[in-house]
Amino acid sequence: MAAVVGRRAPATSLVYGAALAISAALLAIVAGHLADNPGVVSAVALPLGLPWTGARFRLDSLSAFFLVVVNLGGAVTSLYGLGYGRHESQPHRVLPFYPAFLAGMNLVVLADDAFSFLLSWEFMSLASWALVMAHHRDEANRRAGYIYLVMASFGTLALLLAFGLLAGPAGTYAFDAMRAAHPGLLAAGAVLALMLLGAGSKAGLVPLHAWLPLAHPAAPSHVSALMSGIMTKVAIYGFIRVVFDLLGEPAWWSGVVVLLIGGATAVLGILHALMEKDLKRLLAYSTIENIGVVFASLGLALAFKANAMPSAAALAFTAALFHVLNHSFFKSLLFFGAGAVLSATGERDMERLGGLIHRLPVTSFVFLVGCVSISALPPFNGFASEWLVFQAILQSPELPQWGLKVIVPAVGGMLALAAALAAACFVKAFGITFLGRARSTAVERAHEVDRWSLAAMAMLAVFCLLAGILPGFVIDSLSPVTLSLIGDRMPVQTAQPWLSIVPIAESRSSYNGLLVFVFITISASLAAFFIHRFASHALRRGPAWGCGFADAVPSAQYTAVSFAQPIRRVFGSFAFRARETVEMPAPGALEPARLKVDFHDVAWETFYQPITGAIDFATDRLNHLQFLTIRRYLTLVFLYLVILLLVLALWP
Amino acid sequence: MAVIFELAVQGAQMLLVLLLAPLLIGFVRKVKARLVRRQGPLLIQPYRDLIRLMRKEVVLADNASWLFRVTPYLIFAATWVAAALVPTFAAGLQFSWTADLIVIVALLGSARFFQALAGMDVGTSFGGIGASREVMIASLAEPAMLLIVFSLALVAGATQLSTVAAFMGSPEVGLRVSLGMSLIALVMVAIAENARIPVDNPATHLELTMVHEAMILEYSGRHLAMIELATFLKLVLYVSLISCVFLPWGLAHAGAGPKALALGAAAYLVKLAVLAVLLAVFETAVAKMRVFRVPDFLGAALMLALLGTLLLFVSRSL
Repeated sequence: MAAVVGRRAPATSLVYGAALAISAALLAIVAGHLADNPGVVSAVALPLGLPWTGARFRLDSLSAFFLVVVNLGGAVTSLYGLGYGRHESQPHRVLPFYPAFLAGMNLVVLADDAFSFLLSWEFMSLASWALVMAHHRDEANRRAGYIYLVMASFGTLALLLAFGLLAGPAGTYAFDAMRAAHPGLLAAGAVLALMLLGAGSKAGLVPLHAWLPLAHPAAPSHVSALMSGIMTKVAIYGFIRVVFDLLGEPAWWSGVVVLLIGGATAVLGILHALMEKDLKRLLAYSTIENIGVVFASLGLALAFKANAMPSAAALAFTAALFHVLNHSFFKSLLFFGAGAVLSATGERDMERLGGLIHRLPVTSFVFLVGCVSISALPPFNGFASEWLVFQAILQSPELPQWGLKVIVPAVGGMLALAAALAAACFVKAFGITFLGRARSTAVERAHEVDRWSLAAMAMLAVFCLLAGILPGFVIDSLSPVTLSLIGDRMPVQTAQPWLSIVPIAESRSSYNGLLVFVFITISASLAAFFIHRFASHALRRGPAWGCGFADAVPSAQYTAVSFAQPIRRVFGSFAFRARETVEMPAPGALEPARLKVDFHDVAWETFYQPITGAIDFATDRLNHLQFLTIRRYLTLVFLYLVILLLVLALWP
Repeated sequence: MAVIFELAVQGAQMLLVLLLAPLLIGFVRKVKARLVRRQGPLLIQPYRDLIRLMRKEVVLADNASWLFRVTPYLIFAATWVAAALVPTFAAGLQFSWTADLIVIVALLGSARFFQALAGMDVGTSFGGIGASREVMIASLAEPAMLLIVFSLALVAGATQLSTVAAFMGSPEVGLRVSLGMSLIALVMVAIAENARIPVDNPATHLELTMVHEAMILEYSGRHLAMIELATFLKLVLYVSLISCVFLPWGLAHAGAGPKALALGAAAYLVKLAVLAVLLAVFETAVAKMRVFRVPDFLGAALMLALLGTLLLFVSRSL
């Protein structure tokens, strides 16, 4: 055993150490590029891939920003992996694919022609699929991997068609040529729809999200962090690259479509997350919510751009990018925390956790920071980007189209609802997992995780706070991206007094995360000071109040399911067609009363089951074709030939 | 010199809300008692309660973690900062641009987030029931509140409360349908957020009907004092918010002299008293709802707020 571990540990350290070094180096290069010459575009054509075609790569401000997201996430995840990877029972199923996955994401962001884009995209998908299948002996993981593979191929098919439409009849691979060609209205609409299918299925837009809550949690936790925190961002990059860059001027209704899908995704994602009792699945569903927020914001940017309102479009677009960055921070942090819980207790089911704040003090603190950030509470980073989204919504009554006038406030309400539900969801996630009393013996044996993991989580927690109290710097560094894609930027934020942020130049609204943070700190310290100076210091420990029933068993605590019950009763009947049935035994009978909750995944039943049903039906029918006589096969071939010739003859 | 004066006014505002908060509660209780022909406790009873709580020892559940002990200070700080940012007697104070109305709503959200967590920390069913109901109420009240913010911001052109208050005081507001809807929705949200009848009963000790009280059941001594004070502050915050937006008369504006400030303070006290009497009358007149009727109540607020915002999207003058 010792020999095996001895052989494995160096490989683990080597792979993650090298990935950390390379990601950090790339991050430094790109950040330097972004800081020194933000507007400069550097392109290179390499004689790789298809002969005579080559592969083109290009670094502009948009890809530079996403490279920062990918490599920052990659570096922190590798740091986490240095510690977490040691718990891996079968490292040879993770180690080869991990660097490949990182490389694939980098290549997608850099690709400058359809061929290399699709190739890198597939590479990324397959590497992540291999990582999802790392623990393939588990039946649930095999199913997750299968559904992921099907959905990923479907997504790539949609992307292939989208690029085919963009390339036009001339069939030019290069993005430059696509940028120059302006597709007609119909083609542009088709490309938008295909991108929503292709990039949206990878990002997790409802109803294409079905694979995401299965596949993301199935992978080892640091890979889950990469998939949820970073890979979904690469999908968003693909969407932005095509819809904002290659497709040219958008039509106003494209904004409506993206807004509606974004709003619905946000609300449904977080409602599903609230119903979940598996910690990692909860986090995966919450990713869907955040993707919805980003897409709603992108939809607003499209609507503003189509109506020639560049400053508002820049605001909405910046909000989307800022949220992309923020989500990569806190979602990675939360998945790392879930991984720490998993390695400390071996449990993902929240109903068997509880009281971990006593056993994992540091992990629980950083996880709390992640929960506060993702719940959009000031002064952390999630709030700063949500604030920008709301400010962008407030710019939209100027939009002339009636469709937008009706849709935008409704989507604003949906986003506000999603934000409030997110807070409820993360009260549940933290409260059930870390607070209360231990629900299983595994928790009582838990110990704090290794230093590498703690360092990675602490770093992300610090990023969450910094991006929250100094949002102006982030917004300013995003200005080259908005300048190149929208043609305008938000006002210079670092020039504002006291480092406040303002949405647009002529607005009188402002938010100052730094001062809010300072004020809260000062008033909390003042209160603590006065209490310690003047109030009683006496403190006594005693049993909790249980209405006279002392020592209730830990299983009598509120669980994840019971915590969500009020919200399920409010929203469940329309979102999940949830129904509760209570079986009360007759008076005097000895059997227990039962509460049964009927629960439906509406998206799965509406969109996927009919398709799988149709495929089953078709394969059943087509099965007969395998057992025909030779005469019938010949007839079939003959008929096919006739049809083919007819088509050729009738073809104009 | 001017800066020092401005800072002094800002400081006075912070102290004013802190000192007035228990008095407002005492006044509401007194009026409620008189309405049912009881003598009622003294006006200063809440101060005495707070001082007594401060002097008592804290009995901490065995299982309570550091979060449980830190939370009272966090709740108090977040609520106090939020309350100090709402214009009371003067708008456009030194730090009023720090946070707009969205931030104030979110700060209250932070306080609630930690309160719900603290409720779950000890691991009793009361804490859980309180926390889960509180987040259910918040999940409807918060979006309603944000939509009200949207309506106000669309009318006044900014989410900054001082700007909103200044605009509402100017003659260009006029009568608007959307503002009427926002007012009704805001009152409904304020009732829910402050755990008043008919959503929750601040005086109940029947465990199964309470929400707010269930969450803080394990708190005692100085911790309970902080949380009670934060609760009082929250009521002041909402009353000030309603009065500065919908009753902006007498509000001193940026750069006002001491005379205007004194006038503003007097007007503020009158507004507080009037709204407190209205709250007491309303609370005495209605009965508490079942918990699962609350979503209907708040859903109505949400729909009203959404309708108000929609109207403003259709036409800025509605």
